[in-house]
Amino acid sequence: MTKYVIRRLAFLTITLLFTSLIIFMITQYLPGDPCRIILGREVGEAALESCRIELGLNDPIPLQYLNWLKNFVTGDWGTSFSTKTVIFPLVMDRLRNSLWLAFISLAIAVPISIALGVVAGLNENKLSDSLINVTGLSVVGLPAFVTGVVLIQIFSFNLNLLPANSSIPPGSTFFEALPMLILPALTITLILLAYITRMTRAGVIEELKKSYVRTADLKGLPRRVVIVKHVLRNALLPTVTVIALSFGWLISGLVIVENVFNYPGLGRLMVFAIDRRDLPLMQAIAMITVFAFALANLTADLLYAYLNPRIRYQ
Amino acid sequence: MAAFREHKNPILNVEHLTAAYRQGNDSHDAVRDVSLKVYPGETLGLVGESGSGKTTLLLAIMRYLPPAGFLRAGTIELDGQDLCSLSDSEIRQVWGKQIALVPQDPQSSLNPSMRVGDQLTEALDLAQTSAKSRAIELLEAVHIKDPERVADSYPHQISGGMQQRVLIAMALSTDPALLVLDEPTTNLDVTTQAEILELIREQVRARGTTALYVTHNLGVVAKLCDRVAVMYAGELVESADTVRLYRTPLHPYTQGLLDSVPIIGETKSSVRLRAIQGQIPPIDEHPPGCIFAPRCPIAIDICMEQPPLYVVDSGRRTQCHRWETLQTGEVSARQMSPAISQPAQKHVAGAPVITLESLKVHFPLKRSLRETISRSPAEVVKAVDGVSGEVSRGDTLGLVGESGSGKTTLARAVMGLVDTTGGDMTLISAALPSGLPGRDLDTLRSLQMVFQDPDGALNPYLTIGESLRRPFISLLGLSRFQADAEAKKLLSAVHLPENFTRRLPDQLSGGEKQRVAIARAFATNPDLLICDEPVSSLDVSVQASILNLLNQLKVANQSGMIFISHDLAVVGYLADRIAVMYSGKLMEVGDSEDLFEPPYHPYTEALISAIPQMDPEAEQEHIPLGETLQSPSTTPGGCPFHSRCPRFLGNICIQVTPPWKATSTGKRIYCHIPLDELGYSQTRRLDLHHGSQDR
Repeated sequence: MTKYVIRRLAFLTITLLFTSLIIFMITQYLPGDPCRIILGREVGEAALESCRIELGLNDPIPLQYLNWLKNFVTGDWGTSFSTKTVIFPLVMDRLRNSLWLAFISLAIAVPISIALGVVAGLNENKLSDSLINVTGLSVVGLPAFVTGVVLIQIFSFNLNLLPANSSIPPGSTFFEALPMLILPALTITLILLAYITRMTRAGVIEELKKSYVRTADLKGLPRRVVIVKHVLRNALLPTVTVIALSFGWLISGLVIVENVFNYPGLGRLMVFAIDRRDLPLMQAIAMITVFAFALANLTADLLYAYLNPRIRYQ
Repeated sequence: MAAFREHKNPILNVEHLTAAYRQGNDSHDAVRDVSLKVYPGETLGLVGESGSGKTTLLLAIMRYLPPAGFLRAGTIELDGQDLCSLSDSEIRQVWGKQIALVPQDPQSSLNPSMRVGDQLTEALDLAQTSAKSRAIELLEAVHIKDPERVADSYPHQISGGMQQRVLIAMALSTDPALLVLDEPTTNLDVTTQAEILELIREQVRARGTTALYVTHNLGVVAKLCDRVAVMYAGELVESADTVRLYRTPLHPYTQGLLDSVPIIGETKSSVRLRAIQGQIPPIDEHPPGCIFAPRCPIAIDICMEQPPLYVVDSGRRTQCHRWETLQTGEVSARQMSPAISQPAQKHVAGAPVITLESLKVHFPLKRSLRETISRSPAEVVKAVDGVSGEVSRGDTLGLVGESGSGKTTLARAVMGLVDTTGGDMTLISAALPSGLPGRDLDTLRSLQMVFQDPDGALNPYLTIGESLRRPFISLLGLSRFQADAEAKKLLSAVHLPENFTRRLPDQLSGGEKQRVAIARAFATNPDLLICDEPVSSLDVSVQASILNLLNQLKVANQSGMIFISHDLAVVGYLADRIAVMYSGKLMEVGDSEDLFEPPYHPYTEALISAIPQMDPEAEQEHIPLGETLQSPSTTPGGCPFHSRCPRFLGNICIQVTPPWKATSTGKRIYCHIPLDELGYSQTRRLDLHHGSQDR
């Protein structure tokens, strides 16, 4: 297992290095001179040149890359072109918000969808199964700006339970922010629900056909024990992977949900950076996104290996 | 046996049981009006081919039918308790405690993500610490050498034979009133099978367990069962004491079953296997009258009426109108058929079709990153390690050995499906390049193969006609019209109707699919045909007809044939010469008539002793080989078999490469032990344990 973890970590490092190179190269080849973007159109050639020297843009490209990488690793992510502030704390603040939302969403979505998936799987092709399938599929088809608005209508305006605006003020603690996280998290749950439920359902149906279930039944174990101890343990393996993988998407892919609720997450920051052609900010967010995906992948692999002795003890 | 039966009540009493499966709004009976009793301490064998309903009956008895299945009529009593009236939760009290199952497929029958020890004891209601020691006790009882390690292992970490031992220990852990065994050795190697059978026999006898043993293997029944019930197409057609059933079967189907299996030592020149004509009727077609009549060679007018279950005497039942004439021998369904080829004569070999010279196929093991960097030489698995030999035109070479011995890799190397590592192959007179890219169309034409699994060998989206036309068009350059005519000729050559050209593989039975696969292989008139276990997935009655067909086509085409099988009796029957393979090397090569006569290689001796004989009265001594074949990656010098050899001599076997020795009959043996010494002790062993081996 240790060997496996080390190998995975090595792969992770290589992946990150490779993507960092791509991100760096893309910004290299994008048209437009960063100094011109910073200083504006009317500046003279001399000022541009001193800016280029200051930013190291005249260095050979490999050296530029290494410098950029070193700075990135040490937390020096540069200054945003558009806000003229240091990028690191800005991105970190947004990252924290995105993490909060991701965790709350998973905390709501995972238990519900696994429970529904198990019920559906155990009752394959019966009424409860069909109901769960139809509900899940109809909800997943609705775009987040529809479900989000409906949820706001019900929980904020009709029932007056939760705030409609989730723009959590900077510096709030998790518990202060919590009420504002619920509605966006519910919206995300509705998107995840169908995926996780269907994975779980398929896993349960698949495992129920296996001979070891018969062995467990014919040992005289109560049906409940057979399901929980034998079937679920194996049936949830693929689901766990899907959940871990969805984490990457939760960190950076929630532009629409964040917009509906005015939530200050990474997704909106990315849109902001693209709007302003804010290269350093885009690079930083892109790197964070890649990191989140890579980490999610690693977690998925390690969890899978941990839960599956056929991989753990090879 | 009969004596104690009269005094005791049966443990299992099934009466007039009919079990059916729902199909849409319809339902079809898979088991019809079956009654059987199992008395305390006896083992009842339930024998039948696929489609006979034996699995349905077993599941019905355990009350574990799938959702579509249900009991239409009849009663099941276990130890006086009516099982049919129990609710779903009540039957769970019976499972495990009063009735336990040893399943067919040990690997998939254990939970892959739970430790073996935990699976053994979880239903026993024990505290953590006592559970652990109980698990170890249970494993010791089934002769597992290091029970602590096995208890802590996950199923994939132990061998198939070990997994089956675990499942047997699990089933016996509660001392159930009835032990149900569902083909527990079917997917195991011959040598492992012999060990598991030995274990079952020993445990059942020592504990006085009452058992129901379901199988299609008549040799296994002969070895283990006190009484036998034969099922055909959902009906119980005959039941009797094992000895009497084998001696005088009183149902033509039983006779047919016994005749369709070759016995060790029989060859195609001494007897022709008699296949049962036709096939088992599908579940939704129930012919009027006797269910077996359409296939019965001795059916007469009265057979158009449904026969009752005639009571022959207290221990015998048969569902045949003509049992009395069968008993007196007036008629019989077992005419001894004439041999296939000419009367027994020493086989004369033609010109060699394929010649192998020290052929090697080594697979490199996956190297770790560090090994790759340090460029240390990769460890290899020597799947085939220096095999030499030849197959002549019109000759059949049988290739036997346990799984992992390298038989299939050898076949694939000749076919060009894997690259060779060393050695030479010669096809007729030209060098045969390793791998497919170097071979021309004519080479491809002259080498053909029949695979083990007929389902996987035919493209499910192509009609049979399309599959059969392809070799004619692509390898022989015929037009589509000509190819179509040839395809039809082929079908009749394998005794299938011409209109099968329009069918899809799905619409064919397993035996029919294998016939098509054989037809396709013979389409290009190959010089060498390789058959890799072509009958092992088929029922015995079908198996016989496929073997006969293969031999007939081979003779007609004058092809050479390599016939791979783990079944020594089948190989001995069909082959002219036999090579025994172990760990990538040949251990013994000789004419098939001589294979079963001492002296033979100690490995061959063990293989032969592992086959359950078709004779309940034979006292058979099985030579245990210990653990299964190890991966042949680290065999330096010496004999690869030394670590398991029951006749191990000492250091010489470990360090010195054995010589090839020839017997007086021309058999060659790869062993250090002098041949006369081998022959002497092996003959003595046979004499000591000689039972009547005649039919």
